[in-house]
Amino acid sequence: MGASFGRGGATQFVQDIANTDCLIIQGSNMAECHPVAFQWVTEAKLRGARVIHIDPRFTRTSAVADKHIPIRAGSDVILLGALINQVLRTGSYFEEYVAAYTNASMIVSDDYQDTEDLSGVFSGYDPETGQYDLTSWAYRSRKPGEDDIGEAGPEEHGAAKAASAAGHAHGAAGAPLDHALIERDPTMQDPRCVLQILKRHYARYTPDLVTSACGISAADFAYLSESLVANSGRERTTMFAYAVGWTQHSLGAQFIRTAAILQLLMGNVGRPGGGIMALRGHASIQGASDIPTLFNLLPGYLPMPTAGKDETLAQFLSAVSSPRQKGFWTHADAYLVSLLKAWWGDAAQPENDFCYDYLPRMNGNHNTYQSVLGMIAGTVEGYFLLGQNPAVGSANGRLQRLGMANLKWLVVRDFNLIESATWWKDGPEIATGELETDKIGTEIFFLPAANHAEKDGTFTQTQRMLQWHFKAVEPPGDARSDLSFYYVLGKKIRERLAGSTDPRDRPLLDLTWDYPQDEHGEPDADAVLREINGTYLSGEQAGQALPGFGALKADGSTASGCWIYSGVYADEVNASKNKLPDAQQSWVAPNWGWAWPMNRRILYNRASADPQGRPWSERKAYVWWDEQTGRWVGHDVPDFPLTTAPSYRPADGTSGPEALAGDDPFIMQADGKGWLFAPRGMIDGPLPTHYEAQESPIGNPLYPQQRNPARLVYPHKDNLTAPSFGEPGADVYPFVATTYRLTEHHTAGAMSRWLPYLSELQPEFFCEVSPELAAERGLVNGGWATLISPRSAIEARVLVTERMTPLIIGGRTIHQIGMPYHWGVGGTGAVVTGDSANDLLGVTLDPNVSIQESKVSSVDIQPGRRPRGEALTRLVADYQSRSGATVVTGNDIVNENDEREERR
Amino acid sequence: MSVTSRRGRWGEGWRAAWRDALDGQFWHTQLSGPTDPAKDAGWQAPPPRKGFFTDTSICIGCKACEVACKEWNQLPMDGLGMTGNSYDNTIGLGANTWRHVAFVEQSAEHIAEARVRGARLVDLGMPQVRTEITATPPGVPPMLPNATAQDVSRAPASGIPLTGPGTAASLPSAGEATAPPTSPSDLDAAQGAAERALAEGSVPDFRWLMASDVCKHCTHAGCLDVCPTGALFRTEFGTVVVQDDVCNGCGYCVAACPFGVIDKRKDPDMTGAATAKTVGIANKCTLCYDRISLDAKPACAQACPTTSIQFGDLSEMRERAEQRVATLHGNGYTEARLYGANENDGVGGTGSIFLLLDEPEVYGLPPDPVVTTKDLPDIFRKAGLAGLTMLAGAALSYVGRNPS
Repeated sequence: MGASFGRGGATQFVQDIANTDCLIIQGSNMAECHPVAFQWVTEAKLRGARVIHIDPRFTRTSAVADKHIPIRAGSDVILLGALINQVLRTGSYFEEYVAAYTNASMIVSDDYQDTEDLSGVFSGYDPETGQYDLTSWAYRSRKPGEDDIGEAGPEEHGAAKAASAAGHAHGAAGAPLDHALIERDPTMQDPRCVLQILKRHYARYTPDLVTSACGISAADFAYLSESLVANSGRERTTMFAYAVGWTQHSLGAQFIRTAAILQLLMGNVGRPGGGIMALRGHASIQGASDIPTLFNLLPGYLPMPTAGKDETLAQFLSAVSSPRQKGFWTHADAYLVSLLKAWWGDAAQPENDFCYDYLPRMNGNHNTYQSVLGMIAGTVEGYFLLGQNPAVGSANGRLQRLGMANLKWLVVRDFNLIESATWWKDGPEIATGELETDKIGTEIFFLPAANHAEKDGTFTQTQRMLQWHFKAVEPPGDARSDLSFYYVLGKKIRERLAGSTDPRDRPLLDLTWDYPQDEHGEPDADAVLREINGTYLSGEQAGQALPGFGALKADGSTASGCWIYSGVYADEVNASKNKLPDAQQSWVAPNWGWAWPMNRRILYNRASADPQGRPWSERKAYVWWDEQTGRWVGHDVPDFPLTTAPSYRPADGTSGPEALAGDDPFIMQADGKGWLFAPRGMIDGPLPTHYEAQESPIGNPLYPQQRNPARLVYPHKDNLTAPSFGEPGADVYPFVATTYRLTEHHTAGAMSRWLPYLSELQPEFFCEVSPELAAERGLVNGGWATLISPRSAIEARVLVTERMTPLIIGGRTIHQIGMPYHWGVGGTGAVVTGDSANDLLGVTLDPNVSIQESKVSSVDIQPGRRPRGEALTRLVADYQSRSGATVVTGNDIVNENDEREERR
Repeated sequence: MSVTSRRGRWGEGWRAAWRDALDGQFWHTQLSGPTDPAKDAGWQAPPPRKGFFTDTSICIGCKACEVACKEWNQLPMDGLGMTGNSYDNTIGLGANTWRHVAFVEQSAEHIAEARVRGARLVDLGMPQVRTEITATPPGVPPMLPNATAQDVSRAPASGIPLTGPGTAASLPSAGEATAPPTSPSDLDAAQGAAERALAEGSVPDFRWLMASDVCKHCTHAGCLDVCPTGALFRTEFGTVVVQDDVCNGCGYCVAACPFGVIDKRKDPDMTGAATAKTVGIANKCTLCYDRISLDAKPACAQACPTTSIQFGDLSEMRERAEQRVATLHGNGYTEARLYGANENDGVGGTGSIFLLLDEPEVYGLPPDPVVTTKDLPDIFRKAGLAGLTMLAGAALSYVGRNPS
C-alpha cells in the first residue's frame, strides 16, 4: 500500500467498517483472527451492508458473511485482475476520481515493456541477478534531459532493493521519482498513458480464466463484480479487508497492490466505508514496523543506510527523497536529524552530520530466514528471541531448530519455557536422532517476561492507533518488561565500556540512556513515549514536547524518536491514554487513543471530496473545502495542507508541500497521486502480474514464466522445493496445503497452549480435508493422518468437513488441505502439544518485504500416524527421492521459461 | 443495592415463603404457565426479571463467552480431547462448562428445510413477519443509528446526526412499536419465498451454525422445585442459583432439569481453580448473580464481541428478540425462530431466550421442554384419589359383613 498510496498502513479505522456498503474480506479470516474488530462487520451487516468472504476454506468468517466464494490458494491476482479488467472494459470505474486523483493520465517511458510483450516479465529484468532494473518503468518527462532529479544509479536496481527488502521503506511515504515534470494526457487516451497500459496488461484476465484458474464459477464472479460496482461511486463505498492470507506469498505485496489499483479505479480510497483495512495479526504488529524490529528500517520508515552507497548524510538523504518532489516526504532530512538528536543528544552536531556515521550499514539481506541460514553456516553466533517462538511459528521449523543448534548463545524471553527454549532436549530432531543433546554447543538463557497487564506501554494496532495499556499487577518473580530488559542491558554494556577510547564504542557511550525508573527498577514508559514524540531542544520552547511532525527541523533544534508518532504527546498530554467513551464524542472518535499521522483516522481523506472540494455525496461526506474560512474541514483531521484551495496549482519547479496541487490527495507520494502504475517502489513489477506459487499443482495459465521471477529463493538441502505441475515428480506431493490460525489459540501457542481454558477448546493439532479427499485417501473423521512435504513429515488428527471444497482447475480436481499452526513438540508445562504445521513449509520469500510463502505449499497426505525416530527421516527422504527434488528444483528462476514452454 | 441488604431480602423472602407454606398457602405457588417467578418465590417488590437474549444469527463462534465464564466463575477445565465434531470440543453444558458454543455444519437441503419449517412456525405465535425492513425514508438525511454496536443504551436516543456516511437500512431501535400483526398473506409469501429460493438454487450450498447455550433460568425450574436442601433458590432477579455450601450433592436436580443443564462436578480439580468442596455438588450458571447484583453485565455478555449475547430486563430481551426475528424474516431468512420466548410452554418461558436458525434439536436443545413438577398437583390429586379409593375400598370391604 505504501507504493500505491504513500503510506503502508490501513487506510481506515476499524469502526469505519460499519459505514461500508459492501465489505470484501479476502486473504483474511477476520471473525476468527480479529473477533473484537469483527463487531463492526456485524454492525455494518445490521445496517444493510453486503459482506463477501473469499477464501480457500469456509471459516467462521464465511459463516456470517452473505456469501463465501472458495478460491484456489495463491490465485488472488487473477481474480482481482479480472475485476480490474471488468470495470475497465465496461467503463464502470469512477472516471472523475480516476482522472483527478490517480496517475491514470501519466505517460510512461517509451522504454517500458509489459509482461504481455515479454512473456511474463517486465522490461529491465536481469537474468543474472534475478532482479529488475527499474529505470524503464519511469514516467516520461516533459523536458527530457533538463529535468532529472537524480541519476538512476545502482540504487535503483532491484537487486539492491531486494537485498534491503526495500518495500518496507514505503510504510510512511511513497517512492521517490527521478524527475518532476511528468507528461500527462488528461484525456487518458494516449497508448502510453497508465490507464491504457493497465487495460492492455489485464485484458487476458477474464471471467473464464477466473473459473479455470481460481475455481470460481461465472455466477460467483458476476455476483462479486456486481456487488463491487453497485456499491462504489459517489453515493456508496466498498471496503477491502485483508490479512496475512495476502501477504504470505512469494508475490504477496502484489496481491495488495491489485486491491489498491481496484479501489483507486472504483474511487473508494480516502472515503468513509472505503479503502483497504490491513488487519494486523498481533496487538502491536503495526507498531513493530512503525518503530521497527526489522533489519532494514529506522523509526518512521526511514530506510537503514546501505554500506558503500549511503556513506554520507547527504548521500543518504538524496536517496530517500528528492528535494524537488511533491509532498511532505521532502522533509525527510528533518525527520532523520531529529531521530539522530533523540538518540545521541548533544553528541549529534551539524559538524559530525548529527552522528549519522553511528548508524549501522546494511551489507545484504539480513531478514530472519537469511539469519537462520547464517546460523547454519556459522556466520550468526547469537540470537535474541522476544515474544517469538520460531521453533513452532516460523516456516521450516526444522531449519530453525538446526540453526539454533549451531549458535554460541541464545536468549529466550517469554512467559513460559516455549519450544524455542527446549528444542535441545525434547525437539523433533532429538527424537529422530538428528541432534544429540550433549553435542549441542548452544548456551541458552531463559529470562521470564512480563505480560501486557504487568507493564505500562502502548500497542499500535491495525488502524495505526496507539493505545496505552496500564500496569494492573506487578510481574511475578523475576519477570521483567522488555523495556526494562533492554534498558538494564544497555546500562550494563555501557558500564563495561566506560572509559573506552575505541571509536567503535562511541555509538553506545554517546546514547541518551537516562530514563527515570520506579522503585522496581522499571523505566518510565511515559518518558519513552515523550522522547518518541520529541521535544524542542533550543529557543523559547526548549524542553517542551513538540506539537507534531510539522515542527521538526533539520538543523538539530528538535529531537524526535519517530517522526510519525510526533504529536502523541503534544501539550505534554499522553494522548494514547485517551479513553473517552464513544457515545460522548463524534463517530470518528478522535479521543479514543491516538492514530498516526496527527490523529488522522481515514488517510488521504482529501479524496472524500470532489476536485472542487465538495463532498462526492451528502451520504459519504467526510472532509470538504469550506469557502468561507478558506480551510479544509470535516469529521476528521484533514490529511491535506489545511489552507491549500482545491483550485491551487503550483508553478513548475515548486517542491515539497507547496508543490501539492489542490487535487493531489496522496500527500506522501512524489506526484501527489494514487498509483495505478508504480513507476517506483515495487521491486517485482510496476503492475501486479499473476505468477504461480513456488510450489503449485498447475502451470501458470497466463505466461510461460511460472513463478515470480524476482522472488527470493534459498536453495539448501534442508529447504527443498516440491516439483510443480509439469515437472517430473509433481504427483508425489499432489495436494495444496494452507496454514492459518484459530480463534482459540495465539500464533505459536506461547500465550494459549499453556492456558487450560484455551487449550481445552482446541486441544489437538488437526488438518481439515473435504469428504472427497477423505474418500480418496481413506481418511476418517477424528482419526489420524500423516502429512509429508519435501521438508518434513508430521501427524495430525483429521476433520472431514464440507467446509473444504475441492476445486476444478483446468479440468482437474485440486484438493486443498487446511492446517492451523499453533502446536509444537516439546515445551515445558504446555497443557497441549502436537506436531507443528510450519515444519512442512519451505522458505521462499516475497522480494519487496522478505515475507515467506506460508499460504501455499505442496504436500501428500496418508491415513495413520507418522513413523517415530529415524524411520521418520527415512520417510521424508523416500518421498524426496521419488519426487526427484534437489536443491535446484523450483529455484531455477532464470531458465525455467523455455523448458516450460516446451512442456505446455 | 449492597450485598448485605440483598442477603437480608432473600432471607425475608424465604421466611415469607415458609410462612405461606405453614399457613397452608403452599399450593398457591404456580407450577406452570406465565408468572413472575421472583414474586412467586416470595420476593416483595423485586426488580425487573433479568435474562439473556442469545442471537445465534450473529454468533461468530469465538467462544469468548465460554472462557470469560470460566475465568470469572473459576471453573475447572473440563478435559482435553478432540471430539471430531466440528470445532466443538467441550461437548455440552455441565458442571464445569456453563456457557457452551455448539457448531453445526449443514448442507443446502437442511437450510431449505429449516427455511420452510421456520416460515410455518410464524402462526405458532412466536416470530412475526414484516414485509420489509425499515429503511431511511426518502428526504430524511441518512444517519448512523447508533454510535456503536457495543453499547446501545449509551448512544443518544436520536442517533448521532451526520451529514455524511451511514447506510440506508437500519434496524429500528429497541422499544419502537412492534411489528405489524401477521396476516395469512405474509405467511404464504414467506413460505413461497423459501420454496422459490430452494427451487432457484439461491439457498446457500452450506452453512455453519454457531450458538452459545446457557442455563435457561426457567420460569418454573424443575431443579429448584425438587431440591430438598434449599441449596437452589430463586433470586430477586428471577434467576435460579445453587448455593454450593448448602448443596449436599443428592443429584435430584440433575434428573429434574428438562434441558440437561445442571450437573454434579465429578472430575478432580485440574487447574487449581475449583475448590474441593464443589466436587460432588451441583453446578450451573448463576447468571453471574454476583455481577448483576452490582449492576454489571454477566461475564459472557460482557465478553461477546458481536452482541450475540445480550443481557437486560427480560421483557426488553423478548422485545428485541421478536424484532430481530421479524427483520430476518423480512429479509427472507424464514428459518429464524425464537426459543424460550413462549410463556405458555412447558417451563413457563425461560430467562434465556435464543434466536435459532433451525429446529432446537439441531442445536441439542429439547423441542418441547416440560418442567418435571408441572404435573405435581395432578399427581397429588391422583395419588390422593387413589388413596381415597383404597380407603373407600377398605371401608367397602366391611360393608355388608356380618358383624358376628
